[in-house]
Amino acid sequence: MTLTIDQVGEGTALPELRYDVTATTVVLGAVASRDWRPMHHDYKFATERNGTQDIFLNTPNLAAWFERFITDWTGPRGRIGRMTFRMRDSVYPDDCMTFTGNVSAVSTDDTGCAWADLDIAVNVGERLCCTCTARVALPTNDSDNPWARKGQNWTP
Amino acid sequence: MSELPAEITALVGQNQYPKTATFPVELSYSYNTLSATENGNPLYWDDQIADELTGGMTVPPSTLSLWMRPHRWEPGATEEQVALQVHFDLKEKLGLPEAIMSDNTLILHEPVRPGDVISHHQVLRSISDEKTTKLGTGRFWVIDIEYHNQNRELVGIESYTGFGYKRPADGSAS
Repeated sequence: MTLTIDQVGEGTALPELRYDVTATTVVLGAVASRDWRPMHHDYKFATERNGTQDIFLNTPNLAAWFERFITDWTGPRGRIGRMTFRMRDSVYPDDCMTFTGNVSAVSTDDTGCAWADLDIAVNVGERLCCTCTARVALPTNDSDNPWARKGQNWTP
Repeated sequence: MSELPAEITALVGQNQYPKTATFPVELSYSYNTLSATENGNPLYWDDQIADELTGGMTVPPSTLSLWMRPHRWEPGATEEQVALQVHFDLKEKLGLPEAIMSDNTLILHEPVRPGDVISHHQVLRSISDEKTTKLGTGRFWVIDIEYHNQNRELVGIESYTGFGYKRPADGSAS
């Protein structure tokens, strides 16, 4: 299915994503992002040196989770231009993280590229762990392809 | 409040550590990220869709930084290899043994493809006065990293906000 810009508007909600985090989730994500820092795989280091309750998801891997959350919604034609996220708290093994998001604005730039601005949050229960604002290009119709844009026609 | 050393303020805005990856972008390694996040986007799993939309396989944009992350060890290395060297330089020069990353911005340009060889440089954009948070007392800093492919095309810009700190001596949070 192709999500096109005419199908979304301010306030459109993205489908919620819930995921049960394990120690394996944390370590897989850290290794996948080539992040060898011990707080992402060594319980003693995380708790005794960093003072956290456990090992925790690393930032580059959270970026990958945001990407998945966004493109689960857009499908393959959606092209992310920008993501800014702020860590509020850590995500630990045994947490169930929940991604929620909605469209904050829809616009078309001077090149004709259509954009949806998104506000996204990751919660563990009532605990807000991370917020993200993102900008994703969506096709204007079934034949439009944001991935075909280059150079001056791509202004994320 | 301790003054910021002149050698640190002189680094603001300077391009540091220009580097080219020692290995090309690998499709197989990108699947580790897709697997770790259970990301089934067909753009990365279906050759036909990749050919149609991106002219061949690309790797997930969120993997941008991993292609420049050093091996933890390599022959001849005398100490642990670290990414984001400016961050670790600041920790050492300011005597701040602990650090976290708080904010991260990714701006994505040309898609990265298997076989690309990525280069980047790091720029310290700003450093704060001393702050005290629940973790301890230290400073926030912002470091930008600009990434290019072997054709000098901009593939992305990444901006990190870090907080280097000392934990309270009695272990209490303030």
